[in-house]
Amino acid sequence: MSSRFQVMVIAFMLAAIGLFIVWYKAAFLNIPLTPHEKKDYFTISAEVSFTGDNAPAEITMALPAPQEGVKIISQESESGDFGFTISQTEEGERAVWSKRNIEGKQKIFYKITVSPEAFYSYSPDSGVNAGLSQNYNVDTGTIFALWDEVERAAVSSLIDTVRVHSSGPLTFAAQLIDQLNKEAPSDSVKLLLNMKNEDKISLIMKILMHEKINVRKVRGIYLKDRQKGRTLTEMFEVQTDEGWKLFDYEKGHVYKPKDLFVWQRGNDALFTAKGVSKPRLRFSIIQTQVPVISTIQQNIYGSSEFLNFSLFTLPASQQNAFKQILLIPMGVLIVVILRILVGIRTMGTFMPVLFSLAFIQTSLLNGLVMFFVIVFSGLFIRFYLSRLRLLLVARISAVIIVVIAIMSLMSIISYKLGITQVLSVTFFPMIILSWTIERMSILWEEEGGREVFVQGSGSLIVAVLAYFVMMNEYAAYLFFSFPELLLVILAVIILIGRYTGYRVSELLRFAPLGRS
Amino acid sequence: MMLFDRIKMLRAKGVIGMNFRNIELIGRYNDRSKYPLVDNKLITKRIAKEAGIAVTELYGKIEWQSQLARLHEMLAPYDSFVIKPVHGSGGKGIVVITHREDDLFIRANGTSMTLTDIHTHITNILSGLYSLGGRYDIAIIEKMVEFDPVFQNYSYEGVPDVRLIVYKGYPMMAMMRCPTHESNGKANLHQGAVGVGIDIATGKAINAVQHNHPVTVHPNTKHDFSGLQIPHWEEILKIGAKCYDMTGLGYLGADIVFDRNVGPLLLELNARPGLAIQIANNKGEYHRVKRIDQEKQERNAEERAAFCINVLSKV
Repeated sequence: MSSRFQVMVIAFMLAAIGLFIVWYKAAFLNIPLTPHEKKDYFTISAEVSFTGDNAPAEITMALPAPQEGVKIISQESESGDFGFTISQTEEGERAVWSKRNIEGKQKIFYKITVSPEAFYSYSPDSGVNAGLSQNYNVDTGTIFALWDEVERAAVSSLIDTVRVHSSGPLTFAAQLIDQLNKEAPSDSVKLLLNMKNEDKISLIMKILMHEKINVRKVRGIYLKDRQKGRTLTEMFEVQTDEGWKLFDYEKGHVYKPKDLFVWQRGNDALFTAKGVSKPRLRFSIIQTQVPVISTIQQNIYGSSEFLNFSLFTLPASQQNAFKQILLIPMGVLIVVILRILVGIRTMGTFMPVLFSLAFIQTSLLNGLVMFFVIVFSGLFIRFYLSRLRLLLVARISAVIIVVIAIMSLMSIISYKLGITQVLSVTFFPMIILSWTIERMSILWEEEGGREVFVQGSGSLIVAVLAYFVMMNEYAAYLFFSFPELLLVILAVIILIGRYTGYRVSELLRFAPLGRS
Repeated sequence: MMLFDRIKMLRAKGVIGMNFRNIELIGRYNDRSKYPLVDNKLITKRIAKEAGIAVTELYGKIEWQSQLARLHEMLAPYDSFVIKPVHGSGGKGIVVITHREDDLFIRANGTSMTLTDIHTHITNILSGLYSLGGRYDIAIIEKMVEFDPVFQNYSYEGVPDVRLIVYKGYPMMAMMRCPTHESNGKANLHQGAVGVGIDIATGKAINAVQHNHPVTVHPNTKHDFSGLQIPHWEEILKIGAKCYDMTGLGYLGADIVFDRNVGPLLLELNARPGLAIQIANNKGEYHRVKRIDQEKQERNAEERAAFCINVLSKV
C-alpha cells in the first residue's frame, strides 16, 4: 500500500468519523449547528383558586410524569405559606398543599416548564406506571346500578351491536365511539345520550369497564402560546396487547398529538379540595424561547452518556480556556493553507497564530498599532544593543526586558491619556515578540530590508486572516460544541500535506519559464 | 482560464514546485539521518577527502568561547581567510577576508573589520545565530578560494560557484552563480546574484537570469555570458556524481568552486537545494527526474557522469 494511498484512507476515515459524530450530535442530541438557534420552552401554570372556610384545608393535584417527546425542564410550587409535599400514589405523584386555618380567597400556583423534543425518550419508571394495569378489577354488576331498566336495556343493546362489529379492546372502543357519534344514532344511543346524570365521557368509560377492558383517563394540555384560564383536554387510553392506545372521545383512535403535554394518566381525580369552598383549577401557558446553547450548558442533557463526556461538563473557567484552545486548529489550518497552497513566507511557522490570538484579546486595530509600536521601538533598541557586542541569549533576554518596559510605558502613558484599550497590550506574548524583533534585525542585516518587509507583511497577513477566521462566531461555536470537527481539520491538513502541485506564489516565480 | 493555462505551461516545461520537491524528492530520497553529513561542514570536508574530492583547506576551528582569547594568534599566519559557521546554510554568517591593512581586516566587499568585530562575529556563530534551529555552533576558519581568472569577468566582489543538482547520483542540472554588487558578493540568487544555466553536456552557458529576469551581460562587469565555458566540465560532473556515493542522499545540491592553483574544490553540499536553477536553465527538473527513474542498472560515478553528458542532456 503506497503511502499516498494510506494518507487518503486515513484522511477519509478521520473526516468520516468527525462528520458522523457531528451529524449524530446535531440530529439526535439536538445540539444546534449555529449559536443562535433557539428552542421553545412552555411554562404551564396550574392555578388553584378557592375560598377558605376557617377550617383545615388540604388540596391535592395530580402531577405530570415524564413522557416521550416532551421534556420536563423544571417544576415548582408557588403556594405562599401552605405546607407543600409531594406524595406518591399508584398512579404517580400528587402535589399536596395543606394549612391548618385559611380564610378568604386564596390562590396556589404550580408551574412546570417543558420543552418539546422530537427525539426525547425516557425509560418508563416501572414503579409509577405498573400499578395502573392491575387496578381495574371493577365489580361490573354495580357499574350501571343507578340507572333505570330502560337505560340498562339500551346499554345492553348498544354493547351487543358494538361487540358484533369488533374483535378486541381496540376495535371495541373504536366502534363504541363511532356508534355514539353517528349522525343518525340508533334509538338506544339517543336514549343514552339524553341521560341527565351521565355525560358521554363517563358513559364510554363505564361501558368499557363493564366489558372488562382496562381503561384510564388521560388529561393533557396543548402546548400553545398565550393560553389562559384553560381546563385540561380529556381523552382516554385503552389497554391492548400492544400497550395503551389513546382515544379521543369525538374522533376515536388517535395517535398522540405532537404538542400534547399529558398532565395526568389514570382514573384518580385531577384535583381534590378538602375544607375549602369554590375550588377551581385553571391552566395557562406562556411560550418563551431560550438559546439552545444555554440549555446545554445548564447540563440538563445529563441523560446522554455522550454529552457526559463533552467539554460542556468542564467547569466554566476551563470551558473558556478550551474555547480559546479549540480556535488554534483553525489558525493552524490557515497557516497550512497559506504556506503550502499559497506560498506566503512568514517569520516562524506558527508565530502568526500566536499573534492572532493576541489580536483577539486586544481587538484587531489596537493590536496592529501596538504591534508596530512595540516591534519598531524594539528593533531600534536591538540595533543599539548589537553595538554592545552581547552574547545571543543575553541579547534576546535584554530585548525581552526592553519589550516589557515598552509595554509598561505604553500602558501607563495611554492610561493617563484615557486610552484604556492599550492596557490590553499585556496579551501579547512577550517572548515571541522579542524573538520576532531579534529575527527581524538579523534578517535585516543578512538579507536586507526587503526580505524583512516580505516576511513581516507575510506574517501579518497570515495573522490577520487567522484572526478573522478565529473571531468568527460560528467557527468558535462549532468547534466548542463539536470538537470532533478537529478530526475533519486533521484530515484536511493531512491531505494538504501530500499536495505536490504548484503554490500560487510559484506561478509568479516561475512565470519566466512559462513564456519562452 | 489564465491560471490553468499557466499551470499547464509550467507542467509542460517540467517545472517542479516546492511541494513536489519536499515530498517526492527530499522526503523520499533524503534520509534524515544523513543530513549531518551535509549540514555539518566539518563532516562534509572529512568524507569528501576520504572520497578523493578536493576541498578548501581548513586553518582552524573555534568550538568554545574561551578559544577566542587565542583568536589573534590563530589568525596571525594568514593574510586572507574565510570564517564560516559549521551548520550555516544559504551563505549565512560567512565572512571573507581578502587581505589586511595594518590592524584592519578587509572584506571582499571592501568594508573593513577590526579584530573585535571578528571576535563578535564568531561569538554570534557560536551562540547559534546562523545555524539551523539556533543550536550552538562551531566556527571554522579556512583558506580563501583564489578563484580561477577564467571567471574574472563574471563575478563581482565574490567567488562564483557551480551548483549541481545530483539526483540518485546523476548530476542532472547545473548552473553557475555569479555574485554581483547587489548580492553583496554572495552567490545567492534571491539576493541578486546572476544564475547562469549550464548545458550539462558541454559546460557552456545557455541562459542567464537575475531576479528571475533574463539578462545577457553581468550587471557590474558588463561581460556577455554567452561566451562562458566552464573548464574541466567532465571532472566537475564526476565530483557531483561522487557526492552521492559519499552521502547517500538522493537529491543533493553540490557547490563547486574553482581555485586557480588547486582546480575544482567542493565548497559545500545541500540536502535542500533550491529551485531557482530551473529558471536559470529555462527548463524544469521533472523530465530529467523521470528519465533517471527509468535507469535500473548500477553505474559508478564516471558512468553516471557520462550518461548525463550523452543521454540526459538531450532530455
